[in-house]
Amino acid sequence: MLTKRIIPCLDVKDGKVVKGTNFVNLRDAGSAVELAERYYKEGADELVFLDITASEEKRKTLIELVKDVAAAIRIPFTVGGGISELDDIEVLLNSGADKVSLNTSIVKNPKLIEDASNAFGSQAIVAAIDIKNVNGNHKIFIKGGKEETELEGMSWCKETVERGAGEILLTSMDKDGTKEGYDNEFLKALSDSVSVPVIASGGAGDKRHFLDTFKNTNVEACLAASLFHFSELGIKELKKYLKQNEINVRL
Amino acid sequence: MITIIDYGAGNVQSVKNALDDINVEYQVSSAEFAVCNADKVIFPGVGEAASAMQKLNLYNLSNLLRIIKKPILGICLGMQLFGKHSTERDTNCLGVIDANVFKFDESKVTVPHMGWNKVEVVKENKLFDGIDDNTYFYFANSYYLENNEHTIATAKHDVEFTAAIEYKNYYGVQFHPEKSAEAGIKLLKNFIELC
Repeated sequence: MLTKRIIPCLDVKDGKVVKGTNFVNLRDAGSAVELAERYYKEGADELVFLDITASEEKRKTLIELVKDVAAAIRIPFTVGGGISELDDIEVLLNSGADKVSLNTSIVKNPKLIEDASNAFGSQAIVAAIDIKNVNGNHKIFIKGGKEETELEGMSWCKETVERGAGEILLTSMDKDGTKEGYDNEFLKALSDSVSVPVIASGGAGDKRHFLDTFKNTNVEACLAASLFHFSELGIKELKKYLKQNEINVRL
Repeated sequence: MITIIDYGAGNVQSVKNALDDINVEYQVSSAEFAVCNADKVIFPGVGEAASAMQKLNLYNLSNLLRIIKKPILGICLGMQLFGKHSTERDTNCLGVIDANVFKFDESKVTVPHMGWNKVEVVKENKLFDGIDDNTYFYFANSYYLENNEHTIATAKHDVEFTAAIEYKNYYGVQFHPEKSAEAGIKLLKNFIELC
């Protein structure tokens, strides 16, 4: 039986982690690679890197980051952020990334999901989907949550799977940053209606939130960022707690 | 010298990184002579069976892989290709092992089978030497090789399937040892030092 996965997410810009950390033992406090290594050693099941570099050099810095991370850790990792070309996906996977996450680019060009999963296998293609409640409807947002689309949450999720996405990374914008817990209602409905693994994102503020989501939905993984970066919650501590509460995790 | 076969269907970089941990000499190549001259061969693979077989044929490697006498380790799709037939686009594989490849049942479990799963060793072997039984390894596969007489370890995802094989000089693992933390590196080390 598969274990439930715990996934730290790192927002990076020019190779540095953007959201600050208070880890004192890192040689370079903002180094994405060193933070990745630390999470690997603490028992993270995989990592997600979200690149928000906006410069012309974006492509080059992301490839360098992937190479350095792949050299440093021996667990799988996903990269995302502004990826829209098959060639870019190929270079990132060949540099050592296991998966790419696609968000705005697949809304603009849904066929990219088919092309990418045919070329690299659906296991390498993660549909990153941001939803927000607008007048009682779940709407899809793109461009880092800045732009609303006409797409309805659940039907877009299903469409990405039909087109070949191998996993859904679902971020609830209503919950993100609140530390009130994940959007279990939507996550339950989603994980019951698609056949691919679902990763919950947005809202984790306490170890009980992970337990609630694993107990009440069928998601296979929970993602969090600041909670881990600021050492509010250790990954080992979290996994021990989940294990004590009869959640199957890798310790 | 270890040869990692690069036929355009594998995450070769991660395998290279893992071999760097073990301090072993390796080369990456799709050339027949590089496979023939190697002491041991690593045969990775991600993606889809039909195009992987096409690429092996294109590089003139499929017959060589059927008759090779050097220890060879197939990883993920690499191991599946040792089988006879895959239902993935109705593909005839190398046929080294008398067993077939099927898709997990989407109506019962999540597909792809993605994440860390427990591996149970069912036959004494060198690949898992010093690795505890029921250790977790990282998998990312929609298809699986059915259990057969050469299965040395199994995992379960609705069905029980082959996690590792050993047959003469042929070794294979369904999971990704290069992405399975310390246990995965240990397994690669065992292949290089003991098999």
